[in-house]
Amino acid sequence: MARTRPNLCAMLRYSLKRLLSLFISLAIASLVIFVVIEVAPGDPASFMLGLNAQPETVAALRAELGLDVPKWQRYLSWVGGMASGDFGMSYTYRTPVTEMIAARLWVSLPLALYALTLSTLIAFPAGIFAASRRGQAGDIGVMGATQLGIAIPNFWFAMMLVLVFAINLRWFSAGGFAGWDKGLWAGLHSLTLPAISLALPQAAILARVMRSALLDVLGEDYMRTARAKGLSARQTLWRHGLRNALIPVLTIIGLQFSFLLAGGIIIEQVFYLPGLGRLVFQSISARDLIVVESVVMLLVFAVIVVNFAVDLAYAAVDPRLRSRT
Amino acid sequence: MTLLDIQTLSLAIHGFPVLQDVSLSVTKGEIVAITGESGSGKSMTAMAVMGLLPKGARTTGRIMLGDRDLLATSERAMCGIRGNDIGMVFQEPMTALNPVQTIGAQVAETILIHDRTTAAKAEDQARDMLARVGLPTDRFPLSRYPHELSGGQRQRVVIAMAIARHPRLLIADEPTTALDVTTQAQILDLLRDLARDFDMGLLMITHDLAVVADMADRIVVMQNGGIVEQAPTGALLTGMQHPYTRMLFAASSHRVNLPPAPAPEPLLEVSHVSRDYRLPRSRVFGAPGTFRAVDDVSFTLQRGERLGLVGESGCGKSTLTRAILGLEPVQEGSITLGGDPVFSGTRPNLAVRRRMQVVFQDPFGSFNPRHRVERLITEPFHLLTDPPRKSARRDAIAEALRAVGLSPDDAHKYIHEFSGGQRQRIAIARALIIRPDLIVLDEAVSALDVSVRAQILDLLADLCREYDLTYLFISHDLSVVRSVTDRVLVMRDGKIVEDGPTETVFSAPRHPYTKTLIDAVPQLPDLAALRRSDTHA
Repeated sequence: MARTRPNLCAMLRYSLKRLLSLFISLAIASLVIFVVIEVAPGDPASFMLGLNAQPETVAALRAELGLDVPKWQRYLSWVGGMASGDFGMSYTYRTPVTEMIAARLWVSLPLALYALTLSTLIAFPAGIFAASRRGQAGDIGVMGATQLGIAIPNFWFAMMLVLVFAINLRWFSAGGFAGWDKGLWAGLHSLTLPAISLALPQAAILARVMRSALLDVLGEDYMRTARAKGLSARQTLWRHGLRNALIPVLTIIGLQFSFLLAGGIIIEQVFYLPGLGRLVFQSISARDLIVVESVVMLLVFAVIVVNFAVDLAYAAVDPRLRSRT
Repeated sequence: MTLLDIQTLSLAIHGFPVLQDVSLSVTKGEIVAITGESGSGKSMTAMAVMGLLPKGARTTGRIMLGDRDLLATSERAMCGIRGNDIGMVFQEPMTALNPVQTIGAQVAETILIHDRTTAAKAEDQARDMLARVGLPTDRFPLSRYPHELSGGQRQRVVIAMAIARHPRLLIADEPTTALDVTTQAQILDLLRDLARDFDMGLLMITHDLAVVADMADRIVVMQNGGIVEQAPTGALLTGMQHPYTRMLFAASSHRVNLPPAPAPEPLLEVSHVSRDYRLPRSRVFGAPGTFRAVDDVSFTLQRGERLGLVGESGCGKSTLTRAILGLEPVQEGSITLGGDPVFSGTRPNLAVRRRMQVVFQDPFGSFNPRHRVERLITEPFHLLTDPPRKSARRDAIAEALRAVGLSPDDAHKYIHEFSGGQRQRIAIARALIIRPDLIVLDEAVSALDVSVRAQILDLLADLCREYDLTYLFISHDLSVVRSVTDRVLVMRDGKIVEDGPTETVFSAPRHPYTKTLIDAVPQLPDLAALRRSDTHA
């Protein structure tokens, strides 16, 4: 058992290093977001009160919103508040931002996970199938399909889904979100069409990455060694190829999750889903800066955490990364 | 009893003939060596036996293993034969193992594919097998990953995988080519012992006649996809019926004729140089350790001298080379060329850099494939403040190409139009073109076939006569160093353990390590003595 200790130690050191870089990234990101949004033109107080407001009224509102204190103080209280879960009050709706975001997150997060699961479930078999039949009809067919999957705009695809499955077949509702209080099944049911529309292009990209990563691995010496042991071509692919091909695939999965979390705004519009994307869109139009700041920061946080998880997954897949520090 | 019988095997890949009428056999317990240069078809013969030929391969003839024709055996049945009846060991131990699986799992896999046993029993067998090849569990637990082992240790794991099922036939394709001489000797001993203990037939494929001369029972010489000569080892070496066999033998032990070195005048002075690398931390918050790759090294290279630097992988010769070329700073000591430091302050000293050039090992990876030869060999011109232009540039290109035995017309070709030996000539032309004071040849002939290697070594000797070359010749191949250097340094664990005239060091080594190295080099037998004993017998 003497062997496990240095290995554990290496893994722990690796995780600590990644964690440190996670906190540094968060600090830098929060500063950048704050500065960028502060320099954007438009004063929320005057925007809320309209063009004819008295300067005294504007000043009073500014004081009430906490806009009159020095910028660095506002940054610190913003960051401090976020750390304790308090994102402040929305300028427009006068409700806690935390509540607004939480409600939206309950739609966007399950949707992103749902779409990612679908895309992975489609992409893995498709990529493996194509790679194991390189240059044959099956490969060409799958690659053609992925080409199409990337090319089709997903809002159009979403509308087609609505047309077929909601309007003609009436299997799903055409839009809106049932809410989780009616049960898991009802919630998932109303997210299915949006998840499929989001998953399609992602699955197509992931399948191509999976295929090319596997093809790279197939040329490696250890694949020939495995054949010389008596493994069939298929066994070699599954037992020795797949895990070695996972690194580039994990990278793409990480990127896709971050994208799905916020990038679903068009799909949210098509299906009238109360998600994060729409919240950002509405807040920007209303100059509700504090909501914009908070949502953007939350998304950055999600991206960084996902990257951290991907880094840990790399180390779990590849023992060489654990010992290299 | 004949174990493997290859009968008139011919092979074409996409219509291109690769093997013609190859017939050879291996009996139980016999060691048969196939030798020849690259492209002779020796590896393809092995892959044909394994049934692992590339797509588009068409074969005729028969490959009999016992009473079964392997060419007529289905892929499914071949899976039952590979690893079970025939084991195979490959050339590159560094890449032959799956990097994400433990060595125990990889050895146990061979057993589990062919035997319906439990994982625990397979693991026990894997442990025994690893111990048998010299990796006992107490020092090399099954949970090790390949990257935690050295090249020689990895090759032992590959061998354990190949013999785990006690196959009747073991094929070893250049099993020691990528290894150091002392490791090579150990692996060859291991293979020989295993063949005897398991009563296996061993088919060894090698480009190096010396490796198999005192090990093989029979030698098969191949050229251009056909067998030119095969006979029992003694008879083949004394007889050598075919001119190609004679040429191979002569090229392997080729000696060049170096002109005498001019009067000593110090050129490169390396004085008390040490180079440290940071090691990964051993504890989570522990201070990182350091590894001293080069440890207090001092020597002087005289103008016109041909100096050799030998040592095994990890001895620090590459680190020392990088320091000499000014590519990396050193922690202690100084390196000067003609009195000027190669590294000044925090960056390489350009004035010195333009007086040194280097030729690397890999003739295939060291050129940009998108540039023409004229651009490739004039790259060192960017070091000059006033590089030759127009006709002067053309003349310089023509002269450099002529000097290395190529035609000035070759300047307009791309690198893929040249063979490995020609590429190495171009690499030398690139080094010569600015007439450097010092050329560093870093394993410059290691990747070449013996006949091509002999030509390149002759070229070096010619260039010494013509240009008064000074070079530092770095190699793991002691026989080559012996033939092209005046003086040799032997390096081990970052230190220079022996420094002396080449002939003296080789004939009367003082340091025990030098002795070990020289003893480990496979020797071609003395032909005259062989012939004498043959006639007396």
